[in-house]
Amino acid sequence: MCTLLMTSSSKAEELLVAVAANFSGPMQEIAEVFTQTQPHKIQLAFGSSGKFFAQIVNGAPYDLFFSADQTKPQALIDQNLALTSSRFTYALGALALWSADPLKINNDASVLVSDNFNKLALANPKLAPYGLAAMDVLINMQLMEASQKRWVQGENIAQTYQFIASGNADIGFVAVSQIMQNAVLKKGSAWIVPSTLYRPIKQDAVLLKRSKHLTTAKLFMDFMQGPEASHIIRSFGYTLEQKQP
Amino acid sequence: MNLSAADWQAIELTLKLAATVTVLLLILCTPLAWWLATSKSRWRGPVAAIVALPLVLPPTVLGFYLLLAMGPNGWLGKLSQELGIGLLPFTFWGLVLASMCYSLPFVVQPLQSSMQAIGNRPLEVAATLGAGPLDRFFTVVLPLSKPGFIAASVLGFAHTVGEFGVVLMIGGNIPGQTRVVSVQIYDHVEALEYGQAHGLAASLVAFSFVVLLLLYYSQYKKSASNMRFGL
Repeated sequence: MCTLLMTSSSKAEELLVAVAANFSGPMQEIAEVFTQTQPHKIQLAFGSSGKFFAQIVNGAPYDLFFSADQTKPQALIDQNLALTSSRFTYALGALALWSADPLKINNDASVLVSDNFNKLALANPKLAPYGLAAMDVLINMQLMEASQKRWVQGENIAQTYQFIASGNADIGFVAVSQIMQNAVLKKGSAWIVPSTLYRPIKQDAVLLKRSKHLTTAKLFMDFMQGPEASHIIRSFGYTLEQKQP
Repeated sequence: MNLSAADWQAIELTLKLAATVTVLLLILCTPLAWWLATSKSRWRGPVAAIVALPLVLPPTVLGFYLLLAMGPNGWLGKLSQELGIGLLPFTFWGLVLASMCYSLPFVVQPLQSSMQAIGNRPLEVAATLGAGPLDRFFTVVLPLSKPGFIAASVLGFAHTVGEFGVVLMIGGNIPGQTRVVSVQIYDHVEALEYGQAHGLAASLVAFSFVVLLLLYYSQYKKSASNMRFGL
């Protein structure tokens, strides 16, 4: 029995990880670095947190869930589907106002105030934390009423990006991780919104109780909080929570 | 059933969209179906294939290309801007155009098969009685294709009501403009409001069932009356 356990914990395992769409970039890099030093494999599934939540509740075989918010991991813990002790904030999202036009935005909010745009794209505030953050910004700048007629809402942050990238919306709120890599703007023009203008976008991860690879899953969760992963997460424009003593 | 004001607005918009699309498609598809049913042109195959494309393409493919084509750098976008209409994505008429592409085969194909079923004989008889081509089309082809028109209207309408992927890609979720029932249901589900999602989703299931039931009843009646004439 003992030897059986020993061999099963040292053999290569495959983790199935559900990841919120906004975190796809850093997660791919982190998984690659992890699998370089470990015998295990990691399969990533990207999508909206709401859909993953519904799938997990209905028996989807994921080992780990990286949500775009805190409420869904908490709800899984409440339903006794996730390990309470495993929950941690893996990243704090950052918001940007972005345009595909390199001259549209001059690293400030002037275009929002100036009215010089056809549509303002944002993620649906009801569904996406980045949409909620965008609403916070508009409320704080007292632009809700003026801008509301020009809103177009993506179902998630990836679709919101698509509306702007295709030129159909002049400007819009997206995740910094979508437009920056290694602290450089990939294309267009942007204003990195000061974090004082919106509630923190805390993104939590949990380990799911149904997992058959608890040891490996915990290993990956530890790796996520280590220096290599932190460095990758920051390079995409996210910040990290201060470690509690 | 506990439907909110936003749910009712989505239902009203969906019915308006489906009705508009069905009427426009019937006008457009009647000559197209007739041409496909009777033409001997070598273009008939390619045109029939293009008409059937939305049957096999995932709606996301259609929606993605429409988003690009209707955008400021796409050919449709350039055309609509030159005509002074502005850009079409995120508008009701943008959805109408997209839904027409999406539901096209569901209107063309029933029309075409009922027109083909008429055969040459009734038309030859009408011709010997001195009816010109237009006269033959309106007094012989159209009345004899009535079952095809019923099926085309029902399927075109119902299929537009059930549309989701394309609307998601080009709609922008604007209340009263582009937020249709299927998107509203999706929003409820994603927001974990499963109770409200059930309310709307069950309505849609009931609606689709009734529509199909009516369609099959009308076809059974038709085949029964054919038999009577046959006897």
